[in-house]
Order: sequence, then structure tokens, then C-alpha cells
Amino acid sequence: MTEPALEQNLDEREDIPTHVDLNAEFEESGVKDVLADLDRELIGLAPVKKRIRETAALLMVERARRRMGLANETPTLHMSFTGNPGTGKTTVALRMADLLHRLGYIRKGHLVSVTRDDLVGQYIGHTAPKTKEILKKAMGGVLFIDEAYYLYRQENERDYGQEAIEILLQVMENQRDDLVVILAGYADRMDRFFSSNPGFRSRIAHHIDFPDYTDEELLRISEKMLEEQNYHLDAEAEGMMADYVRARRTQPHFANARSIRNALDRARLRQANRLFENALGPLDAETLSTISAEDISASRVFSIAVKNAEKQAR
Amino acid sequence: MRITQGAFSFLPDLTDDQIRAQVQYCIDNGWAVSLEFTDDPHPRNTYWDMWGHPMFDNPDAAALMMELNECRKVYGDRYIRFVAFDATHGWESVKLSFLVNRPADEPGYRLERQEVNGRSIRYTTKPYAADRPAGNRYA
Repeated sequence: MTEPALEQNLDEREDIPTHVDLNAEFEESGVKDVLADLDRELIGLAPVKKRIRETAALLMVERARRRMGLANETPTLHMSFTGNPGTGKTTVALRMADLLHRLGYIRKGHLVSVTRDDLVGQYIGHTAPKTKEILKKAMGGVLFIDEAYYLYRQENERDYGQEAIEILLQVMENQRDDLVVILAGYADRMDRFFSSNPGFRSRIAHHIDFPDYTDEELLRISEKMLEEQNYHLDAEAEGMMADYVRARRTQPHFANARSIRNALDRARLRQANRLFENALGPLDAETLSTISAEDISASRVFSIAVKNAEKQAR
Repeated sequence: MRITQGAFSFLPDLTDDQIRAQVQYCIDNGWAVSLEFTDDPHPRNTYWDMWGHPMFDNPDAAALMMELNECRKVYGDRYIRFVAFDATHGWESVKLSFLVNRPADEPGYRLERQEVNGRSIRYTTKPYAADRPAGNRYA
């Protein structure tokens, strides 16, 4: 009669591994692929990539510890991404959701991206259901709150944002297994937001700062964006694009990669117009996919840059 | 008397983990999940009160479990059932429904006999709980 019990004991003991091969797990879980994709597809952002690598390592060790029965608390995974617009916060958040999903920290791995308007209502009693609806949608995945500091309006005591913050904090604390929250926004305003809402600061474990892209990185990004749409710059246009990046940076509302994407969209528009007006005969694929210097040099950015230079000269 | 309505009703009450697994199965099938509650347990009572809206686009069962816990806080002394509705053309009906909460004390049903024409008898059942006004039945 004692035999089955003994066997069961052995089985139980076998469930808990005594050794962990982190390298094998690294490959099996697909984390390696995610990190490799991140390296390959995102240009620049070296400090961000380093932080993600470190976070992934921490989570893998934590997971191994949990399997061995050394840890049973879910670690705090809420994060804050700070940086200027267009520095890749949303893109990295998507990758982060994938990473957490592969490591088994979230069950579904989808990303729900919201701003203040999606969380905060317009009249009394509207905010709580609205926030809860979004939270429910994000469960099992990642909730990405862009420009999170708008939730808190210092100047208005009765702003409904406070209500959304309270619900968020409660869920972030009590349902850590169900949902990971990522807050994003400009660095200085996020700092102010955190100092007036200490509850958030203490519940967020990972702060990641996104640096601005250098001119050279932006140029590489523009080439990559065009490549994805089967366009390319000719030699002259490449030089023009480098000038464009330098000029655009000094002007207001510069949003890093987003500005570049918009500039390329406009260049494509001009290219289409040029082809339409100048075409004399049938066009080949090469002509249809080449952006030339005049498509870029027509940009308003250059005329403004010239004006600014004249002003300074005077 | 323990009432038996919906699926799994002859099994012991499902644990929260078991409920979560069933709910996830329904969501993965694309059915809209929701909660309903009542304090009139008559089997012919099809009009249960809705707890919130049906959930069409929540990919994870945690959302429903959160609502369930809140519903239990308010109506923990009543019957709560989980409902999964399939909106696919041709089905448009409830695919799965089971009880997820029941009152601590279930008094059961009285069988009433009504003598009608000649020696005929009509039978009807009445929940003892329904003797009290709605809202105070299981307090």
C-alpha cells in the first residue's frame, strides 16, 4: 500500500528541476528571436536595447527561480518610457508585450494603446466605467498610456483624471498577474507627474529613457522606411535628405522618426506629381520607385532654414 | 435544496480557476461573455438582471473574473450565472451558461396541487424564497 504513495512523491520531486540551462531557455522561449529582431529592426536606441536586454535577463532568471520554488511573487513589471516624440516608445512597447508574452508573464501579449481621452470621462460617473472598460480590454496584455501626465491636471482639483488614476493604481497593485501598464511621455513632464503622484512612482519598477536620434541614424531610418515601401533615394537625393534632417531638427515641432516619416510621405506625393506632369512615355519600375533630389528640395523646411539664416546674418 | 440549472450543475461548484478556464474557452471561440444575477430561482424565470454589458472584445478571462468578483461583492447572496452568447449568423443564441454563485441557504421549492375539473390535478412549483419580496429573499 505504501508503494503508490512513494511513487507519487518521486514524481513530485521530479517536477521541480534541480538545474536550469538559461541559454537553452533563452532560445526555446523565443526571447532570443525577439531581442535579435529588436536589434535588427530598430536603428540606434542603444541604451534602450541594453535596458530591455537586462530586463529580459532578470525575467528569465526570475522565471527559473519560480520553477524551482525559490520565488512565488509576480515581480512588478509596470514600466515608464520617457523620451521625446518619435523616438520609438510605442514600437518598443509592442516588442515588450511580445517579450513578456513569450516569457509567460502575460497570457495574451496584445497591446492596448490609449491616451487621456480613452480613460477619462466627460461628466460625473462617466470615468470609472470608461477606465474599467479599457482595463478589461487590456487584461492579459499590456496597457500603453501615451502622454500619461495629462491624466493629472494640477490646476483643476475636480478634474476627473484623478478618478482614473485611482482605479489604475488599484488594478496595477491588485491584478499584477493580469496586466502590465506602460506609461509614456516627455521626460520632464513625466518627472513632474511622478512627483505629484507618488503612488505611480513606487509601483513602477522599470524606467527606460529614450534618447533622441542622431542625424546619421535618422538618415538610416529614412532609408529603411523607403525600403519597406519599395522606394529608394538616388545618390543626389541622399545628400539632400541628410541636409533636410539637419535643417528639420532646428525647427519647431521636430518629432524625430515621425517627422522623417511625414517628410517622406510628402516627398512621395511630390514624386507622384512630378511623374504625372513630366512623363512623356511609359514609365518603368525603376522610375516609379526612385525619389530624386528635387522631390525633397521642394520642402518648406529648406526655405524656412534660408530665412532663418538671413535673419541671423542681419 | 441545491438548485441545478445550466451546465455543470450536477458537479460540485466550480472553483474560480475552473470558471476562468471555461470563460477563456468561450472567449477563444469568439463568444460574447456576460454575467446575470437574480433572486428568483424558478427554472422558468428567463429574465435575469444583467451585470454590466456583455463583453465582446476582451481577449482575456481576467476581465470577466474582475466583474464576477465585483458582482459577488454586491449580490453575493443571490444566484449569479455566466452566459456566453454566440452571435454567429444562424446561431445567435447562448452557447454556454452556468451558475457561478449561489446563496448560502437555498430553501428549495414547494409543490402545489390545484384541483380542477373532476378529479384532475394541476401541479406547479414555487420557490420558498419567492414568498418574500424581491431584494430581501436571501438576506
